[in-house]
Amino acid sequence: MTAYAHDRIEPDPAARGVRRRSFLGYVLGGATLVAAADLGLVDPASAAPTAPQPAELYDLNDMLTDSCRPTANLITVTVHKDGTASFALPRMEVGQGITTSTAMLIAEELELPVHKVHVTLAPARPELVFNQLTGGSNTTISTYTPIRVAAAVAKAALLDAAAIELGDTVDNLRARGGVIQAPDGSSVTYGELATKAASATTKRVDVQLKDSTEFRVIGLGHNRVDALEAVTGRKHYTTDLQVEGALPTMVCRAPTLNGTPKRLRNRKEVLAMPGVRDVAIVDTGVAVRAETFGQCIDAVRAMRVDWNDGPVVGQSDADIVKELRAAEDALPAPPDNPLAETIEHDFVFYFRSNSAMDTNSAVADVRKDGATVWAGLKSPITAQERIAEKLGMTPDQVTVNVVQGGGSFGRRLFFDGALEAATVSQAMGKPVKLMWHRADDARVGRGHPMATNRVRITHAGGEVLAFQQAHTSVETDFRHGLGEIISAMAADLPAGMGNLGYAETIFALTQEVPYDFGLVSQTLTETDERFNTGSMRNIYSPDVRAAGELVVDQLAAKLKQDPYEFRRANLRNDRVRAVLEKVATEGHWGRTMPKGTAQGIAIHKEYKGASACLVEIDCRPGTVGRDIRDGVGGPRVTKVVYAIDIGLVVNPRGLEAQMQGGINDGIALALTSSLHLRDGHFLEASWDNYFYTRQWNTPPEVQVFVMPSDSGQPGGAGEAGVAATFAAVACAYARATGTVPAYFPINHRDPLEFTPKPVVPPIPQSPTNGLKLTY
Amino acid sequence: MPKQTFILNGKSITVDVHDDVRVLWVLRDLLGVTGPKYGCGINVCKACTSHINGRAFNPCSVRVGDLAPDDEVTTIEGLPDTVGRALHPMQQAWLDRDVAQCGYCQPGQIMAAVALVRKVRREGRSITEADLDGIRNICRCGTYTRIREAIRQGERQM
Repeated sequence: MTAYAHDRIEPDPAARGVRRRSFLGYVLGGATLVAAADLGLVDPASAAPTAPQPAELYDLNDMLTDSCRPTANLITVTVHKDGTASFALPRMEVGQGITTSTAMLIAEELELPVHKVHVTLAPARPELVFNQLTGGSNTTISTYTPIRVAAAVAKAALLDAAAIELGDTVDNLRARGGVIQAPDGSSVTYGELATKAASATTKRVDVQLKDSTEFRVIGLGHNRVDALEAVTGRKHYTTDLQVEGALPTMVCRAPTLNGTPKRLRNRKEVLAMPGVRDVAIVDTGVAVRAETFGQCIDAVRAMRVDWNDGPVVGQSDADIVKELRAAEDALPAPPDNPLAETIEHDFVFYFRSNSAMDTNSAVADVRKDGATVWAGLKSPITAQERIAEKLGMTPDQVTVNVVQGGGSFGRRLFFDGALEAATVSQAMGKPVKLMWHRADDARVGRGHPMATNRVRITHAGGEVLAFQQAHTSVETDFRHGLGEIISAMAADLPAGMGNLGYAETIFALTQEVPYDFGLVSQTLTETDERFNTGSMRNIYSPDVRAAGELVVDQLAAKLKQDPYEFRRANLRNDRVRAVLEKVATEGHWGRTMPKGTAQGIAIHKEYKGASACLVEIDCRPGTVGRDIRDGVGGPRVTKVVYAIDIGLVVNPRGLEAQMQGGINDGIALALTSSLHLRDGHFLEASWDNYFYTRQWNTPPEVQVFVMPSDSGQPGGAGEAGVAATFAAVACAYARATGTVPAYFPINHRDPLEFTPKPVVPPIPQSPTNGLKLTY
Repeated sequence: MPKQTFILNGKSITVDVHDDVRVLWVLRDLLGVTGPKYGCGINVCKACTSHINGRAFNPCSVRVGDLAPDDEVTTIEGLPDTVGRALHPMQQAWLDRDVAQCGYCQPGQIMAAVALVRKVRREGRSITEADLDGIRNICRCGTYTRIREAIRQGERQM
């Protein structure tokens, strides 16, 4: 079941009567109407509350948004003769719905139906500097104002042209649905005005934006603009592109993580295989280019390669846990109070993969004097710089086209596929369509680093005196551009933060304990740069919040208080309290449950929003022991009730979808999905090894409530469903079983549920028995 | 090189390729039919799910040489023609429920759903929760909730 708290976001009554601010935009010189706004344009953030933690005063999104400000570069809305408008979004669509929400923003200000607005993805635009990074759930937060301003400029120019055409004044005209009408009934369409409204020279114009009370598109649920293409198979991802000469290409990789090739012993034999055209040794392995990917697989499997060991050769999970333990800093001393008692817990979070369905892939055509690359890229400018550096070219010789991605979950912040494809294309002297095998993607692709998290709560007389939390992690790689943003913004960060490392800055800008818990400290220590890591959906928050909320539950139990009532009594933020109360009411918190089943409840505050999750879990033997072929049954989350307040909502239908997806991620993190490091490589090589949530794990009942908000500013949605879900599932599991887990996912140390695939050859052969398995 | 002949989306086609190349690569790399997606190549993720003679199959796991000239392969591109409409009711259900996020797995999900409805009908029953739990197609965006809703709707309208 699905429910919206409101079909439409109620406007802010306080905003009425307030004089509207005007924004500067441009009509660019050209043959058709091109309206522009500075992408660095942002509404000043609303007044920040006084609070002790950096993330409350200034969070990751403020930094990302601020980093966009100095970039005086234009985004443009073009009106065409066919009455449509187009816009090239300098962000990447990976399923999060930003092409749809962007089309809605333009449709709103331009008074054009959403289906007449065509949003494409801009190629790398180096002049945008930091303003082409898709991450931190920041797209809508940072582009909400400039996109609307550009659309408003376009509408104003159309009205000016229509006034001449219809012989009336602009004030008398009404734009609606792509048509401008005069009081006498005469009208003219945007298509007819597209060239007439064009300007010979570039002009600056002042425009005002619609008041939220006038919204007729923003705040109403809208289906995705690319849904028809997706369900008919016409939506194209990187490997669907047909680029002249770009034949299928794969890479044979080392048996240990990040091992490198020494030599290929049977080059001739491989080159003689059916379909095989080219073979080249590159730094990441031995590449093969063939007529089909099937023949690439055959060739990779036939290769006899000598390898240099990778940097984690011989190491396993337990070695890394030991290393993290050694890196842990002592928690600071608890407050000095003779009556104080403490409660302490310690958790391990194993490696997890952000593998998307669409594996790391890229098309590259590298010539002597330049290169063109096509890939799903969330940081295309950094990709362009690094690829140019690798190829020995200047960035302007490298064209980087951004393709819609089949998922990301943080993975496409990096450009491993694009860099490798360019390297291979240069080595072979031919265009390539590179695709990673699923086994490569799981074993060598980036993932969420292993971490430990320690929580100590000090309390006396029923009151919390201190909440201390220390996160110790294998390094999270932020070298995709976030690092540069932090360096550039160092001077503007809250006091003292400019001296922190990149990871510590991100941590401090995202973590917040929304409880009134006295002295609060949250610290991050990172160690070990040998793994392929990166941000995975919601970066640190899922682990940190799961650990924190589990200990909050333990404290409530120790104080003989109800977990919900205890949270409610200790919250110091009204928006968080509202979502918590919403899920408790809608989810019937406290209802009687059979033994072996339980409810769990948790909250999270981030991305300018607040979320709460209530789950019900079934940990009874009959459920846990379900017989599932090549899969993990385990405890079943039977129901999820989620409430989300992200401020102004552009598309509640898309927001609900993001929460539903995040819920499945949270469940996976708690119960089933992890990578096992053993003898220098990860064992998982298939979706039946790496157990992301499947239909037999997903909750049969999910309710998402989008909270009404009086905020005029949107929040981030792409990651906001994960942390509270992970925490609520962890709490429910602990309550149902009476055991607080010491590690996640809870099945990580069980006997493996699969037989690991060999590492030599590094990828499995496709089966041939498919005709026996039809249904 | 051997000539391979089979019926693809209603038309007989012939392609020059070795027997043991899997049908998925024949479709995607040689014929440019890209609706069936690669997600694993070992019949696990089910992103390439298509139909053979009306039943679900995974072209990543069938040698093209094992297809007979009268075998009818239907991919997502050919699904609407099987009902003589612009969209199959299951595709319409997917649109109505706004199921897709990144969309990559959805052609396979839809083809699996259609086959599931046909299967339970052959068995003289309708889709149960257990049938939905048993669907193996992965969606990494986690659209499972809306997939379940859409299958129920598509079943009613098929």
